[in-house]
Amino acid sequence: MPAAIVTVLTFLALVGLAWLFLTRTVLGRGFSVPLRTMLRAPETAQYPEQPRPVQPRFHGRHQLNRYADGLEKCIGCELCAWACPADAIYVQGEDNTPQARYSPGERYAEDYQINYNRCILCGLCIEACPTRALTMTHDFEISADNYDALVWTKDQLLAPVPPGGEDTPHPDREVRRRGLNYYGGLAVTPPTLHGGSFAPATPAPASRAAQVVPEVGDPTHRKGR
Amino acid sequence: MGLEEKLPSGILLTNVERIVNYTRANSLWPATFGLACCAIEMMASGGPRHDMARFGMEVFRASPRQADLMIVAGRVSNKMAPVLRRIYDQMSDPKWVLSMGVCATSGGMFNNYALVQGVDHVVPVDMYVPGCPPRPEMLLDGILKLHEKIKHETFAEQGARA
Repeated sequence: MPAAIVTVLTFLALVGLAWLFLTRTVLGRGFSVPLRTMLRAPETAQYPEQPRPVQPRFHGRHQLNRYADGLEKCIGCELCAWACPADAIYVQGEDNTPQARYSPGERYAEDYQINYNRCILCGLCIEACPTRALTMTHDFEISADNYDALVWTKDQLLAPVPPGGEDTPHPDREVRRRGLNYYGGLAVTPPTLHGGSFAPATPAPASRAAQVVPEVGDPTHRKGR
Repeated sequence: MGLEEKLPSGILLTNVERIVNYTRANSLWPATFGLACCAIEMMASGGPRHDMARFGMEVFRASPRQADLMIVAGRVSNKMAPVLRRIYDQMSDPKWVLSMGVCATSGGMFNNYALVQGVDHVVPVDMYVPGCPPRPEMLLDGILKLHEKIKHETFAEQGARA
């Protein structure tokens, strides 16, 4: 028998033995795991440089949303604070005035604080919010080296003014002139996620707009406390 | 460090400070101190997907004498507080404490008689990581911010803290 054939046959026998060892024996199947893993792409996420995207409904930090014209959606009802299992939310409501209107409702949140030292990001406040004013973003990088920096105030939580809108407060006259129906269907639309687009409010009949925005000098409208 | 305290005044050691802080920040060994569900996320941070070894932190020391960083991962009960303080005291200087999760930071949603309402009642905390529990990226974010803090600390500040 020529030497070349002997060499090839020996090689094939050795390969067969190695294959049998790696697939049939308990020890060999254990050894085959690192061998297979050597050929796979690494699983490691390069977090600070290339963060992997989070799920669409990820519970990140909160955001106080605005309508398309810049009015705040929050009406200061404190339902989020009532729903919060950790007592992390503080809301101070205040009446809108004809001169300074922050929200289309009767009241607005004069002060709004979320204590991220207590917040467990469960989303019960989001479920409780009747106007979808409060939603959660995909931002989670909020670690801080002191306690006070984690108490987020309203100016930090409030969403930026959408393009075309203007910052609050608005004069009442302007809001009535626009004649928008702020609550028409908006309370049941899905939350505007961070980076999403703002849907414009649909126009409403004049009677409905008069309900939302009280007349100046209307005796039924409470003027502050 | 020792050296800079014995030198006469007028000799600048800024680069020594930078080099020492660089080495300290880049091999920050955490003590194994998982207390609750946050410890699961802390273990995940050490796993292959969120590899903490990329920042020189893969080795969770079982002995506090070999650790620089205490990650308080989870709620601290009144019964655990003296143990936690003892482990902190056993760690060698310089040492840092990271409060992971809202339970360690403030008691979180467990505002009751059994839990310490914030681990900063027991030990000085250098970084608060919110979340319940924080995902591994949140913990890594807190750790990276702590690294930045360590890199900009002076010896005088560290001496005052110790």
